Amino acid sequence: MAREYKTISEIAGPLVFVQQTEPVAYGELVTIRLSDGSTKRGQVLDSSKDLVAVQVFEGTSGINRDASVKFLGETLKLGVSKDMLGRILSGAGDPIDGGPEIVPEARLDIIGAAINPYARDNPSEFIQTGISTIDGMNTLVRGQKLPIFSGSGLPHNEIALQVARQAKVRGSGEEFAVVFAAMGITNEEAQFFMRDFERTGALQRAVLFLNLADDPAIERLITPRLALTAAEYLAYEHDYHVLVILTDLTNYCEALRQIGAAREEVPGRRGYPGYMYTDLAMLYERAGKIKGRKGSITQFPILTMPGDDITHPIPDLSGYITEGQIVVSRELHRKGVYPPVNVLPSLSRLMNAGIGVKKDHHGNLRTLTREDHKAVSDQAYAGYAEGRDLRGLVAIVGKEALSERDRKFLEFADMFEDKVVRQGRDEDRSIEQTLDLLWDLLGHLPEEALTRLDRKYIEKYHPKYKAKAAHAPAAVAATR
Amino acid sequence: MAMQVTRERTSGKGTIYRISGPVVTAQGINSRMYDVVFVGKEQLMGEVIEIQGDKTIVQVYEDTSGVRPGEPVVETGRPLVVELGPGLLTSIYDGIQRPLVVLKDKMGDFITRGVQAPGLDHAKKWDFKPTVKKGDAVQPGTILGEVQETPTIVHRVMVPPDAKPSKVRDIKAGKFTIDEVIGTLDDGTELRMMHKWPVRVPRPNEEKLRPEIPLITGQRILDGLFPVAKGGTAAIPGPFGSGKTVTQQTLAKWSDAEIVVYIGCGERGNEMTEVLTEFPELKDPKTGGPLMNRTVLIANTSNMPVAAREASVYTGITIAEYYRDMGYDVSLMADSTSRWAEAMREISSRLEEMPGEEGYPAYLAAKLAEFYERAGRVKTLSGKFGSVTVIGAVSPPGGDFNEPVTQNTLRIVKVFWALDAKLAQRRHFPSINWLNSYSLYQDSLNDWFAKNVGQEFLDLRAWAMDALQQEAELQDIVQLVGSDSLPAEQQVTLEVTRMLREIFLQQNAFHPIDTFAPLERQLKILRAIKRYEVLSKEALARGVPVRTIGSVKSKSELGKARFEQDFDKAYEVVMSGMEQEFKVMEAA
Ligand SMILES: Nc1ncnc2c1ncn2[C@@H]1O[C@H](COP(=O)(O)OP(=O)(O)OP(=O)(O)O)[C@@H](O)[C@H]1O
Ligand SMILES: [Mg+2]
Repeated sequence: MAREYKTISEIAGPLVFVQQTEPVAYGELVTIRLSDGSTKRGQVLDSSKDLVAVQVFEGTSGINRDASVKFLGETLKLGVSKDMLGRILSGAGDPIDGGPEIVPEARLDIIGAAINPYARDNPSEFIQTGISTIDGMNTLVRGQKLPIFSGSGLPHNEIALQVARQAKVRGSGEEFAVVFAAMGITNEEAQFFMRDFERTGALQRAVLFLNLADDPAIERLITPRLALTAAEYLAYEHDYHVLVILTDLTNYCEALRQIGAAREEVPGRRGYPGYMYTDLAMLYERAGKIKGRKGSITQFPILTMPGDDITHPIPDLSGYITEGQIVVSRELHRKGVYPPVNVLPSLSRLMNAGIGVKKDHHGNLRTLTREDHKAVSDQAYAGYAEGRDLRGLVAIVGKEALSERDRKFLEFADMFEDKVVRQGRDEDRSIEQTLDLLWDLLGHLPEEALTRLDRKYIEKYHPKYKAKAAHAPAAVAATR
Repeated sequence: MAMQVTRERTSGKGTIYRISGPVVTAQGINSRMYDVVFVGKEQLMGEVIEIQGDKTIVQVYEDTSGVRPGEPVVETGRPLVVELGPGLLTSIYDGIQRPLVVLKDKMGDFITRGVQAPGLDHAKKWDFKPTVKKGDAVQPGTILGEVQETPTIVHRVMVPPDAKPSKVRDIKAGKFTIDEVIGTLDDGTELRMMHKWPVRVPRPNEEKLRPEIPLITGQRILDGLFPVAKGGTAAIPGPFGSGKTVTQQTLAKWSDAEIVVYIGCGERGNEMTEVLTEFPELKDPKTGGPLMNRTVLIANTSNMPVAAREASVYTGITIAEYYRDMGYDVSLMADSTSRWAEAMREISSRLEEMPGEEGYPAYLAAKLAEFYERAGRVKTLSGKFGSVTVIGAVSPPGGDFNEPVTQNTLRIVKVFWALDAKLAQRRHFPSINWLNSYSLYQDSLNDWFAKNVGQEFLDLRAWAMDALQQEAELQDIVQLVGSDSLPAEQQVTLEVTRMLREIFLQQNAFHPIDTFAPLERQLKILRAIKRYEVLSKEALARGVPVRTIGSVKSKSELGKARFEQDFDKAYEVVMSGMEQEFKVMEAA
């Protein structure tokens, strides 16, 4: 039986304090009825015999001492169903597309329990996104959490959409279901996503949770949890491979900071709560694969780095949790390169598991991408890094002062940005195309500088030998 | 059965007054500090961390959502302990030694709560062979007998360190569970293969010894330039993605410790799964058996309860000390100590303690020091020699080492492997910065290296460090004028240091051969690069242009030799090739 109290003693920021209640559970769901009859929802953050602190999702404006507080006796749950696919919901999980109510098949706690590490399955299936800087250099695999670190005004949404459109596990024929959670993005941005989902028919296999810029800030704390709960249900009960796009985590963290400040907690770095790492981990760690279950959750969160600063707590703590990051660069964007991914600070930690040719448990060879993938990508990294460094030097001493070798590297960096990084918004490159493209460019570097490439790969894929091999008998090609 | 182990000596009962996340305030109990209590209807396990008047404050190791004031709190009258006995190896535990395998059986794929699970299998029978006999005098720590715990590791059953000196009244050989009595002492003490030990109390030893034997890691930059001693302490600080975990995993795989305790403290679930799938398949270079046979894993990932994360490092180090006491060399990896420190910070802030620097509790430095102090090479109570080497990852916010956890750690540890984001971005791995890193063990290990590898190794190390220092200075000039304007001699130096960086310092942890380089191979690579320098300088003196010298093929061949199964053969080919190349070089 729900209990109702009119004993609000204090209201501070997004928090309401209630006195003299029955024992209230930590994390319990609350509704607050205002004097005008409207209601707001909240959750218990601290519960003692004397005082209960409630965080109100829709904000506390309009609440006064007359409001009555009802404790619902359970923690926050989401009614989930396969019919959620194709639907648009609010940031609090209510339908806003004019469609019918969702009849739940189950009601799940939105906090989400941690996957037992022993139950996890190693993510190792290559997802081809068709974007060279991702596939070739920072490969995404099923079950990974790989965020985009971007800045305001940069085309991260375009990249996320291109990934959502093009992502596939080759040879599987399975399509991803998309769970999309917006936190505090503008209506215009949300429209941009929705139009694209509609245009490509992706909406039918998508669930959208929208908390927009003018929606309550504290609600943002539950939106991604609702989305991930829906994703888990689709993945683990209905065998979907789910791609979760969360945007913008920066707004989520601001809401977290607001709660911390209202509770007068000792802040951590730059005013964000000391537990932000753990809090973010509770979201990001919900990506993964579980042994014996068919579905999977791959996360592609987006965050905008305040001041383009990668050491800011939001990207920093994220980077410490996620399995790499795709860094979008303002400099490349200014140069007119799309997608402006700077591969140097980008990383995919699960790349090694998902690329190349691997032996499985039975000793059989499994082709994931191509045997030379790792080596080519390492070589391209080294080359691009060296070339970029030289740009600084050229600015001081001029191109003429460079050695022959250095000049080659400088050109390599330019070509890399122009040919590998740059691609069309609808250009869907196969991994072979990407790798061949990289070889073409590496062919311009002095051969003795290709220290990361095995002889056997050079002989097989290097343009110089490949061309020869095509014309001459194989034996001749092998004896350099 | 589970109940019997974890719920003994139940005493007083009280009620919950307040719940604030992992911190629960109880009323009406009188537990001691650090005693274990069970809170709420679901009997969630927790530990007393503060006592204020009639209120007892408890950190709870499980999620507290749904718990209400007024629910019961049950005392146990004992501190947080781990079960020590055969069956630890190959296990994977959460932060409070609950086997994740058992949790999966009881809870399914997700970790829920309210489930007790003892650390060891109490039903399994082990074959015990006594090494003492009736009438033998025994001390705390005396080895009573042996159990083949895994195909590669013999478990030595000891008199618990808190027992009294006595004599063996009787002792039996045969198959026993860890709860069965295998013998008794004259004073009536019953002997079993398992005993419990409170995690926050260091296990005693006879004496601490000077660390003078290196932990051989097979990592060129570590063994070659910044070695850690067996029983020593090392920190690897670095920003995200710079290689802390890969380095720790590589050390767990290849270093010449006999037992590995790997603590995933507040890090990623997938990384633990990776270890779990990889280690049973990898062969330990010494015994040829699967690495898992000598490994204990502790996985309290970032999304698992923070209080259990706080406890995980203590659980880990206590297990490490236990194997040390058997006379083993143990290495303990803690990834990451920063997450442990943050767990302390979170609990402390819930207690509304006066915060120190950046919100960390004022006792942060003391806790770090106490933890690293549990490392060491010791003479054990039974007169054997054993060691615990502690290698801690540190995750400084924003990659800035000027923060409390890094700074306080550096004040304690003797080896500093500084990871560098710039190197990582260039895919220079391991991205350990050779100019900032140091090892304070170098001098005390020199004798060992001179005796076991040769003085040449030490000389080459000094030469390499010197060259790399010079390079740093030369690079400053190159940045202003370009490398072509340097004198020929210095251009050669840059070529040599490029080789040192690319061939010696860089090492691919994922390459089946390169991932582990025995000392002999490390020596040869250094020798080859040094030879290149000598030959280059001779050639310069003959008037050979730098460009010709720089285009020597054997350079890249040397790099590739690292990946050859038969390195020695490839090395011979490279070396004779190099001599030949220089011989035919002509003056301009
Ligand atoms: N020795 C190495 N050889 C090859 N690759 C490496 C090596 N060390 C690191 N890497 C690469 O760098 C990536 C990041 O390394 P790692 O996961 O160890 O970083 P980390 O410092 O533990 O980061 P975090 O703090 O976020 O956990 C790896 O996924 C791998 O691709
Ligand atoms: Mg790590």
